Amino acid sequence: MGKKSIETFVGIFVLLGFLGIVFLALKAANLGSFSSGETYQLTARFDNIGGLKVRAPVKSAGVTVGRVASITLDPQRFQGLVKLDIQRGVQFPNDSSARILTSGLLGDQYLGIEPGAQEKMYAGGDEIKQTQSAVVLESLISQFLFSKAADAGSTTAPAAAASSGGKK
Amino acid sequence: MTELHGDVMIAVDQVVFGYDGGRTILNDVSLAFGRGKVTAILGGSGCGKTTLLRLIGGVYPVTRGEIRFDDQVIDARNMEQLFTLRRRLGMLFQFGALFTDLTVFENVAFPLREHTDLDETMIRDIVLMKLNAVGLRGAAQLRIAEISGGMARRVALARAIALDPELIMYDEPFAGLDPISMSVAANLIRTLNDTTGATSILVSHDVDECFSICDYAYLLSSQGKVVAHGKPEQLAASEDPEVRQFIRGEPDGPVRFHYPAKPLAEDFGVRAP
Amino acid sequence: MTSAIDRLGRAALELLRIFGHHATFFLELLRACPAALRRPYLVVAQIHAIGNLSLVIILSSGLAVGFVLALQMYYALVTYGAAESLGLIVNLSLTRELGPVVTALLFAGRAGTSLTAEIGLMKAGEQLAAMDMMAIDPKSRVLAPRFIAGLVSMPILAVLFSAVGIMGAYVVAVLLIGVDAGNFWSIMQSGVDVRRDIGNGVIKSFVFGLICTFVALYQGYEAEATPEGVAHGTTRTVVIASLGVLVMDFVLTALMFTTP
Repeated sequence: MGKKSIETFVGIFVLLGFLGIVFLALKAANLGSFSSGETYQLTARFDNIGGLKVRAPVKSAGVTVGRVASITLDPQRFQGLVKLDIQRGVQFPNDSSARILTSGLLGDQYLGIEPGAQEKMYAGGDEIKQTQSAVVLESLISQFLFSKAADAGSTTAPAAAASSGGKK
Repeated sequence: MTELHGDVMIAVDQVVFGYDGGRTILNDVSLAFGRGKVTAILGGSGCGKTTLLRLIGGVYPVTRGEIRFDDQVIDARNMEQLFTLRRRLGMLFQFGALFTDLTVFENVAFPLREHTDLDETMIRDIVLMKLNAVGLRGAAQLRIAEISGGMARRVALARAIALDPELIMYDEPFAGLDPISMSVAANLIRTLNDTTGATSILVSHDVDECFSICDYAYLLSSQGKVVAHGKPEQLAASEDPEVRQFIRGEPDGPVRFHYPAKPLAEDFGVRAP
Repeated sequence: MTSAIDRLGRAALELLRIFGHHATFFLELLRACPAALRRPYLVVAQIHAIGNLSLVIILSSGLAVGFVLALQMYYALVTYGAAESLGLIVNLSLTRELGPVVTALLFAGRAGTSLTAEIGLMKAGEQLAAMDMMAIDPKSRVLAPRFIAGLVSMPILAVLFSAVGIMGAYVVAVLLIGVDAGNFWSIMQSGVDVRRDIGNGVIKSFVFGLICTFVALYQGYEAEATPEGVAHGTTRTVVIASLGVLVMDFVLTALMFTTP
């Protein structure tokens, strides 16, 4: 096999490899959706972020418009500080609110933005002031038990509330 | 010893050597190889002839003593020195050691391409000249799988002399060849030596062929010692029983026929141990 | 009793010596690489021998694995009503695990054994010694190009395995079973991350390529210069490389994919 033909075959091989990676990256993964360069950042604080993870989607009206960039604990106010990367083309009024929602009944959690009514939009670095924390299953159950007990008017209600950890 | 040969190319001086941890193969041997001469190293299998070639080539360091190449002590651990020395020598391995993935031409061209900057036309000329010297110019395009053992050895010889080395070492060049190929090989070794002025070291146990072409010979014993040395006529006429046994090819003598064993009667249960 | 301890101690020391020998060989190989890179044609020729010629087995295996994965996962997912996630599951299985690992095992079997046999036979035929005597370092000229070629070829082969597998899964899932094509791709795209899944898969295949090629070259170089020696060397290559790949797979998966 001549030198030139070997080099040609190897060139084809490497090219195939490159095409394979491009195929995987574009067709089979999320690179095609949006590149990370064209985003701006907003922050939001939550009393409880629940099961929200980094890289979880940020959706509005069900459409993915961004990703959660980071989740840290604010050491002064003891709240979860969430930073969001939003696509540059999407803007929200500066009284929009953020909620942590669950996709499906028991699925992954994501951050939903409900638009407000103001004309002025959020700019990069702004904080979403109105937030609603994630729904924690235990507090749901304790609320349910508490309200049931309150309805019945029995004295076991405070005991039930105390025994469920006293979470808000 | 040097007074016997005049100008000495390779001097082996009181060398002791054994592979790590194993038995001592060479036991205080001293040899001298005259410049421009063909010197043979004879001996039975396992007496250290090939080991001696490897020591001269710097593959292993000697345990004691020294080997001098043109008055320069060979240090097997000094890579740069070995690199320069090895470009002045060519070695013919026992079965050729040709590169099986290359053609005859490419095998001979290999050292030229690796060590010189000559362009392809010059390399082609040199390769064809070397192949012509061994009589295989017409076989240049054959693959190694297609040539016979005798031809392979000649190609290996052409490769060994590609860079016109000052020292050529032959490891059992006659082993396994038919009578015609053997005399072709012997002829080549002698002619090459005379025309190029190189020094040749021949390791073999073929006494007749060696004696027909060498100027001087050493006989090694299986204990790794030099038993005798001299010109072929001297060795042929020697009265030493070990020398006579080897030169004449006698089945039993100082080198025993029987491997050491218990007495025969004991093994067959006739006599109590 | 003491002789048993003595033998154990001796065995342990021998094991340490073998590790050290491997490490020395690896370092010498690395040291020989720059010289090999100055002769790119040598590396290219080896990429052809190791990579190109493995394409057939890798692509056909990738296709077959893609088919089987789609089939198996479909029957598992359909019981939970999650058949639409078939594309996602297949992709993750391939790019994260099966692509690198299966390719590495096939590579060890095909390319690894041919390397070991080739080097072993070259050593037995004194070709490496002849090169040494010609003042040419056999490590730079023979071993290092093959090592570099292995490092380059393995990731390419693994990527192709995964890509072909996904295409095969598409054929089975969408064309044969009837899963919705749009969902197949979109759920896959939203769940697979380029850096985390594909990138880590490529890193894995690179590490596996290093293991397979290194073991193959070592076993060939250290094999006894007899036909049995070379035969043992090739079987050892497959066994040791395969085990090495599987163990490293566990380590790498634990490092890369477990959420802190």
